[in-house]
Amino acid sequence: MSIHPGTEGNAPVGAELGAPAQTPPSPDKGMFGVKGTGDVSGFGRLVRPRPAVFDSPRPYGGYFDDVYDALEEAYPAFSEAIEKVVVDRAELTLHIRPERIVEVCQVMRDDASLRFELCSSVDAVDYLGSDERRFHIAYQLTSMTYRRRVRLEVAVADGVPVPSVTRVYPTADWQEREIYDMFGVVFAGHPNLTRILMPDDWEGHPQRKDYPLGGVPVEYKGAEIPPPDQRRVYQ
Amino acid sequence: MTTSEYATERETTEGRVFTVTGGDWDDLTATVDPLSNEKIVVNMGPQHPSTHGVLRLVLELEGETVTECRPVVGYLHTGIEKNLEYRNWTQGVTFVTRMDYLSNMFNEVGYCLAVEKLLGISDQITERATTIRVMFMELQRIASHLVWLATTGMELGAISMMLYGFREREYILDIFEETSGLRMNNGYVRPGGLSQDIPESAVRKIRDFLKYLPKKLKEYEAMLSGQIIWQQRTQGVAVLDVTGCLSLGITGPVLRSAGLPWDLRKTMPYCGYENYEFDVPTATTADVWGRYLVRIAEIRESLKIVEQALDRLKPGPIWISDKKIAWPAQLALGVDGLGNSLEHVAKIMGQSMESLIHHFKLVTEGFRVPPGQVYVGIEHPRGELGVHAVSDGGTHPYRVHYRDPSFVNLQAIPAMAEGALLADVIAGGASLDPVMGGCDR
Repeated sequence: MSIHPGTEGNAPVGAELGAPAQTPPSPDKGMFGVKGTGDVSGFGRLVRPRPAVFDSPRPYGGYFDDVYDALEEAYPAFSEAIEKVVVDRAELTLHIRPERIVEVCQVMRDDASLRFELCSSVDAVDYLGSDERRFHIAYQLTSMTYRRRVRLEVAVADGVPVPSVTRVYPTADWQEREIYDMFGVVFAGHPNLTRILMPDDWEGHPQRKDYPLGGVPVEYKGAEIPPPDQRRVYQ
Repeated sequence: MTTSEYATERETTEGRVFTVTGGDWDDLTATVDPLSNEKIVVNMGPQHPSTHGVLRLVLELEGETVTECRPVVGYLHTGIEKNLEYRNWTQGVTFVTRMDYLSNMFNEVGYCLAVEKLLGISDQITERATTIRVMFMELQRIASHLVWLATTGMELGAISMMLYGFREREYILDIFEETSGLRMNNGYVRPGGLSQDIPESAVRKIRDFLKYLPKKLKEYEAMLSGQIIWQQRTQGVAVLDVTGCLSLGITGPVLRSAGLPWDLRKTMPYCGYENYEFDVPTATTADVWGRYLVRIAEIRESLKIVEQALDRLKPGPIWISDKKIAWPAQLALGVDGLGNSLEHVAKIMGQSMESLIHHFKLVTEGFRVPPGQVYVGIEHPRGELGVHAVSDGGTHPYRVHYRDPSFVNLQAIPAMAEGALLADVIAGGASLDPVMGGCDR
């Protein structure tokens, strides 16, 4: 695996500010006493190059060409907004420049030949170690009129805000909050960007690839877990 | 200072705080001076029997009217998506099945369809495996809707409905137990097939159940549909029209109760649903009553699908023929329970070194999945369940995200509750059928 938190002995970047990740190094990290990465394949120390994602050649096939052409016609700034078009496993992904995502969503929703009425899902992937723009936000749009799906993808660097699409798709509200909570990506213009799944005072963003799994002290306010030999005795 | 034994009050810097443990609402409101304090903030949940688990609603009330409602989720967050990244693709099933614990078959099938799409083996899944998947998903849908009917009945005062709903659901869980060994959290569907074949005894149980449930459904309807309290608690309550549903991303029975027949089994078929004959029930009232009618009708449609799937169930393999993906174990029932068959153990330990290596590598390390990403949407009892799976070419998922319908649908609670009565928050929230395990993941 190319990325394994804590293998180099560096402090995890995603949790630098936070208490959770800054635990003293334990000789027995992870579960079942696994040391190192826990990779049993024997390939653990090989760094696998991440395959570059290339533009797909036209024609894309299926309805993908129709969607592409319709968007090009309906959206004047099309050539500036689209970074890349990828067709993989019968799915169309349009890579959009972050500052254009709201406009593109608006056109995708409203144009009569596109009509992506439903934003099925918004989530993020942390491609740590790929390039500067490590966070990819994926918007899965569904057209109920034409029964089509398209994925819009936006890539940003750590600390760069993404415009919020809640104005176009109100359903993105909680999903953008979840991305903020889990990855620390800030959505500019979101009405109430607070943590949603983790506690409000949590530090660090757990879904980042450099945030470790486990080894986090129990964080009850004012509570303390006694050592096993001092716990309650049944007599 | 205590005003009643059920509602203790204390002064804080924020004002007076009441802790209500039961008793009469009038007693509580009587202690609030209506002239100076017409607004009350009520914290409903996270420990409340009517919030379907650990949902917390912060309600601002004027009298009994809700002026503002703010749902707070996350109390059941268990980091399942993060955990998945540390296990191999096959082990992921064990995690995802625990997300929405009332519809675990859907979590498993959604995950497996995504992994199979990433592997490019979707069309190699055997006929029998797909048929059993469809059958079990539909049984699960019935079980989930029965629990919805049971809990909603309980919350709106029809306590006997709770007993009946859970009783009938137990028949379905028995079928799952007969097949997979577990009532819930089955871990039954695997990338490439199913963990085990369905035994003849379970098929008999399903046939019995198909005869049994329609009679019971009539009894439920006889009990509820004409009931004046049930009608008044549900009709015209928590209305959300198609526009509202689409902008808030609400799918499933709530959307269909507003009149839009959007069902992924029909509109974007998967698992061969296009070959089954069933209808998509809708209602036009867009209220809790409509959602009740839609769910009851969906149980009937699911029964039709289960029956067709049973007729289609032909003997055959349940695992993909590709030995690089299919689980190598040959399970058999021994004296000490289910485990590897003795013949298989004898073969890999005694005769074929390569089989042993193959078995060991596949079980410990798992198969590799080519890099890329897919999104698979299936029709869950609560709406669209979306699985966004990303692989970097390794044996572990790089990222798996669940678009759980409970999570997205809960955003509709303020739209349904604000301006309505406090009692209707319960009915509206229940009609969304949220399962917090799925919402918080």
